[in-house]
Amino acid sequence: MILNNKLFKRLKQIGLFALSSTFVIVFALACKAKTISNGDYVSLPEALKKDSLASIVAFNKVYTVLIHPRCMNCHPSGDIPLQGDESRIHTMLPQRGPDGKGVATMKCATCHANKGVPGEHTPPGNPSWHLPPADMKMVFQGKSAHELAIQLVTLEKNGNKDMKALREHAEDTLVKSGWNMGGNRQLPPLSYEEFKEVWYTWIDNGAYAPSK
Amino acid sequence: MAVYSINVNGTTHQVDVDSDTPILWVLRDNLRLLGTKYGCGIAHCGVCTVHLDGEAIRSCAYPISAIENKKIVTIEGLSESGDHPVQKAWIEHDVPQCGYCQAGQIMTAASLLEQNSNPSDDEIRRAMNGNICRCATYTRINRAIKTAAKEM
Repeated sequence: MILNNKLFKRLKQIGLFALSSTFVIVFALACKAKTISNGDYVSLPEALKKDSLASIVAFNKVYTVLIHPRCMNCHPSGDIPLQGDESRIHTMLPQRGPDGKGVATMKCATCHANKGVPGEHTPPGNPSWHLPPADMKMVFQGKSAHELAIQLVTLEKNGNKDMKALREHAEDTLVKSGWNMGGNRQLPPLSYEEFKEVWYTWIDNGAYAPSK
Repeated sequence: MAVYSINVNGTTHQVDVDSDTPILWVLRDNLRLLGTKYGCGIAHCGVCTVHLDGEAIRSCAYPISAIENKKIVTIEGLSESGDHPVQKAWIEHDVPQCGYCQAGQIMTAASLLEQNSNPSDDEIRRAMNGNICRCATYTRINRAIKTAAKEM
């Protein structure tokens, strides 16, 4: 009698295990079948939706603007701005100064008023004419596309700009003035609207750097 | 044309000029303040230097509409009787030769000493780089600035 009871309990355990295992397997298969069969698109999280190739292609276009004289002349490797389509050293040798706005009596604003006067070769005007400050020079001159992309996304080297601030930098009045210097100065290779588009494409797709 | 109210050497003037008229021409043609000279007209020589709220600027490159409410001082207004320390030092060192650039040189030197009362040779050179002297009086300019610094 006792033996029969033990056997019954063991058979019951085996039966329950087999039943529950079958249920799990059937449920799993059903789920899999549902995923495959209904064709729903499972969206990736926003953080993973980056297209590194699109980002790099866009940056290579951004780079042609950044190293153009209209941009690079105020991002020199030395402490004197560059000038003209040939990016020669600025006449009068104005110095960067601690805040990027020059030194006593030789500030950018000594000659660059908030708006310029008409005429050939007159200094272009802008209310915030300046170089990057001495403690973060943000040099463009001589940098490869790889180096510049890395520099632009590094807080310690880009003026402490996060991605949002970096994106908004396209609207900066001095950046915009690169397309509105007047005279017969060459324009950057992209229009301002084209530049903004590739700038945003680069950033929004992860701000990837081209290879070295 | 529009009427602009500008403060020059402590006096307010009303001038009726185009908005892009350089201050230099307002000073010379409208106000007949002829001490500020015309040199290159493109901010390359420094001869037209005046002070705008104490800062040296090239008056040929600043349109009247860019002045806002800032005060202009020209060579005529630097001192009441020509006895600004820089002017006295200029006489002491006999700085000018032809003299054409000297108003601009003096205005730049005065602005420098307002901001740095004891400039080094290097600081003087950097500050005066934008003021050209065809007579090459640079060494005397340097000495005169050093002398004036002692009195500032």
